[in-house]
Amino acid sequence: MELVISTDLHDHLARHLENTFPNEGGGFLVGNIVGDTRHVTEVHLVENTFASEEQFHRYLAEVGEFQRIEDEADARGLSLLGYFHSHPDHPAVPSEFDRTHAWPYFAYLIVSVRSGQRAESRIWELAANREAFIEGQLSFS
Amino acid sequence: MATIKIPTPLRAYTGGNAEVNVAGATVSAILGDLTTQFPELRPHLFNGEELRNFVNIFIGDEDVRYRNGLDTEVEPGDKLRIIPSIAGGR
Repeated sequence: MELVISTDLHDHLARHLENTFPNEGGGFLVGNIVGDTRHVTEVHLVENTFASEEQFHRYLAEVGEFQRIEDEADARGLSLLGYFHSHPDHPAVPSEFDRTHAWPYFAYLIVSVRSGQRAESRIWELAANREAFIEGQLSFS
Repeated sequence: MATIKIPTPLRAYTGGNAEVNVAGATVSAILGDLTTQFPELRPHLFNGEELRNFVNIFIGDEDVRYRNGLDTEVEPGDKLRIIPSIAGGR
């Protein structure tokens, strides 16, 4: 799986994740799918609704936000491609919590934010058997 | 017959269909019919016999957890929806 995102959109989401530091932040990626490549055309920043004392290591999007963003994408012939979230002071590698909560065919963009500054972005997809994540290719346009 | 809206990440298992016709008098029976039609959905919705806790089933605007859960009755023509909880953490 390859995810293509413009440097402007990536900068937009990374700035949000720097602003939510030391807590986790996140949101959704919307765009088009061509073959095995997902092209991001929109980034939707979504508030972290996990219990506030746990937000330093947990992210949760409100169910209604998924519903709204998916409906809007469907109505415009776009696809909800996946979601992004930060790992504050931690590598951009999926955790066991990420794996057990993950969905197939969804692009998981993880941004490592260290001391409040973006450090690394990597893209992952859940294996069909749910037992592991497979790293994809993150490309910038 | 009712309909159920499939979330984007699971549409690969329903032939790309965003909405599927399903039969059953309860949410449990509806999900049974859905996963009989599309067996590859099952491991993403259930852990053994239990609905995964990050899988939310709505009838209209109401989460069935706040009614009778999987025993919630479904009327013909009802519109159900599977909505994932999207969560992550380091």
